[in-house]
Amino acid sequence: MELFFSQILDGVSIGSVLLVSATGLAIVFGLMGVINLAHGEFMMLGAYVTFVVQSIFKPMGGVLFELYFPIALVAAFVVTALVGVLLERTLIRQLYGRPLETLLATWGVSLIMVQLIRSVTTAMIAAIVAGVLLGLLAVRFLAARFAEYPFFPYLRGVVWAAALGVGLAINGALASVRPLASAWFGPRNIDVTAPKWLQGSWGKIAGIELPGIRIFIILLSVALLLAMLWFLRKSVWGLRMRAVTQNRQMSNCLGIPTDRVDSITFGIGSGLAGVAGVGITLLGSVGPNLGAAYIVSCFMVIVLGGVGNLTGTVIASLLLGILQSVIGSGSILIAFPDLPASVKGVVEFFATTSMSLVLVFTFIIAFLQFRPNGMFPQKGRSVEV
Amino acid sequence: MKNFKRLLPWILLAIAFFILPAILDDFRLNLFGRYFSLAITALAIDLIWGYTGLLSLGQGIFFSLGGYAVAMHLMLNTKSEAGGNGIPKFFENYGVDQLPFFWQPFWSPMSTLILLWLVPAVVAGLVGYLIFRNRIKGVYFSIITQAALMVFYHFFNGQQKLINGTNGLKTSTTEIFGQLVGSPDLQGWFYRITVLLLPLAFLACRYFTSGRFGDALIAIRDDEVRLRFTGFNTVPYKTIVFIVAGLLCGVSGALYTVQSGIVSPQYMTIAMSIEMVIWVAVGGRGTLVGPIIGAVLVNYLRSLVSEALPEMWLFVQGALFIFVVVLMPDGIYGWFTKGGFTRLLAAFGLAPRTATYPQLDLEVAPASEGRVISND
Repeated sequence: MELFFSQILDGVSIGSVLLVSATGLAIVFGLMGVINLAHGEFMMLGAYVTFVVQSIFKPMGGVLFELYFPIALVAAFVVTALVGVLLERTLIRQLYGRPLETLLATWGVSLIMVQLIRSVTTAMIAAIVAGVLLGLLAVRFLAARFAEYPFFPYLRGVVWAAALGVGLAINGALASVRPLASAWFGPRNIDVTAPKWLQGSWGKIAGIELPGIRIFIILLSVALLLAMLWFLRKSVWGLRMRAVTQNRQMSNCLGIPTDRVDSITFGIGSGLAGVAGVGITLLGSVGPNLGAAYIVSCFMVIVLGGVGNLTGTVIASLLLGILQSVIGSGSILIAFPDLPASVKGVVEFFATTSMSLVLVFTFIIAFLQFRPNGMFPQKGRSVEV
Repeated sequence: MKNFKRLLPWILLAIAFFILPAILDDFRLNLFGRYFSLAITALAIDLIWGYTGLLSLGQGIFFSLGGYAVAMHLMLNTKSEAGGNGIPKFFENYGVDQLPFFWQPFWSPMSTLILLWLVPAVVAGLVGYLIFRNRIKGVYFSIITQAALMVFYHFFNGQQKLINGTNGLKTSTTEIFGQLVGSPDLQGWFYRITVLLLPLAFLACRYFTSGRFGDALIAIRDDEVRLRFTGFNTVPYKTIVFIVAGLLCGVSGALYTVQSGIVSPQYMTIAMSIEMVIWVAVGGRGTLVGPIIGAVLVNYLRSLVSEALPEMWLFVQGALFIFVVVLMPDGIYGWFTKGGFTRLLAAFGLAPRTATYPQLDLEVAPASEGRVISND
């Protein structure tokens, strides 16, 4: 029975990570109608930021190393939020009102991010910065002269292609310098060591060990959820966000700067994914492909909970986490040892990680047959939801 | 010129059927055979996405089901693959001594030829009907199909005892008609079959996209609510077109499997199914020629890049996604047919500029996409 409860605790902690990430995804989707398939890669980015912060603090050792984790949390949020804002300003902005297109474009972004993490070198960063600066300068210079001409858009395209060529050339030239050309992370998985105060047990309740890592993740997600609630309900920008979610055109007419609201929303959404990524580093080793494993679960949470409903998101993510972990570990068999043989066979059949996902996703698809809009559908008299 | 246009498909078919096998070596010919079989999948996706507006991210399910059907038949009928009980060897590794029941129909070639498209079609019908019945559409449809894809992926990936799990079924070492499936001779024949089936798939798609049925599909894409309010029940239309697409994907997967030499759960990854969508987007959705061009072009590009710089392919692919979606939403074929090339020439003063009407801003606000009739 104890094992059963610790399995549930596992599930709750996985659910909490999902919750943080899915909340980010949900506010972006609810507000902007953007399906962000790169959301999983933002989680991955957060995990790698944690790894970098840890690597910086490791040589310092002692008390400083014990403190790295809160710093990593903040750093992951800030870095992923900034990348998110950058993405919104450059790409997502062009695609408003076309959700299916955002889905494809963000998938492209996710591919690039995965490969970037795998093969990023100092030389590559230098080449990217040089190429982008060159391109921006050249476009600005040419715009002063040719902006009026009809061929200017094509000219701009040519300039950016040339900038890409220059970037590739710089990368190639720098690649011969050994220290600049070694990959930062490589394609292999990385491991983050949790500080001592997180490892081990945080005491017992009714004979059940409380592993520090799991409790910390749960507390963290509760704190983030409360912060998010406060932000949405009490702050000025939260008010604006809710207004834009409800009626974009009317908000715009009333003077709410919708484009800045969009940027901030996308930043916060990505930042939440980053923080979820920090949580994942505590649960096991992480690799460049981490995003793909979580993205479908995140979407399932949103669909199951009902779009634009935080209560639904909370319940759905916890449910998903618990079911996944309890079914996948087969701990039902241990908790209830005297099940009939036929039931036992079925439970054993699904007692692996992948088979538990089969069961959980099937369950969700079946559930949507009865409640097509999730557990807590948005109320309204509109024809379409 | 008019005669040329009428003859062009026949010329292309003749080139693909007679000239390509003569000038390409076995390896390249096999690659082109794979591209053409993938083009059938692209056509199927165009049918449901380009014409009906349903972006399915789960076509990999049907693709793999077709592939597994063929692979199971080949495994069963190869003497060198047979283990102790006359069942494929890999079962021994997992201590299975009895053939799982669903393998039984694949002994016979006839029933395999039927099941390789019937199973995907039935699964598509079931999944499609359940989704469409509840009026799940737009991005929700995409997400649900992706979840369905994950169900199948994890099932095939996790079931070693039933279907050899992650390893998949290798067909290149199996035999048919007393010859190795991987042998150049048989591969040449598979190529020819593919080249003949692709036009058939094209004609099937043209049949479904023309006439009243095709008009209904396009109406569903452009404004389903209005269509419903005029008294149409859209569910059968969407279900039928989804079944046809699933069937085509099954055929395509079977052809691809015999030519690539393996079928594995890798065909059911999220990445593979989204990649199928980008072939259509690159070629030009909403046209029937576009997807074929797109599938062949993108996969050719993939071979080129992967041979030279394997680690660059994801960058190129990602950039392709972004480029096509943002700058070329009509794809290559659509860009040409909608006057993109003439506009390019005109911009540089090489062709007379055509007068354009001032554009009216009729875009619906982002958050209320598809919610034209709002609640106020």
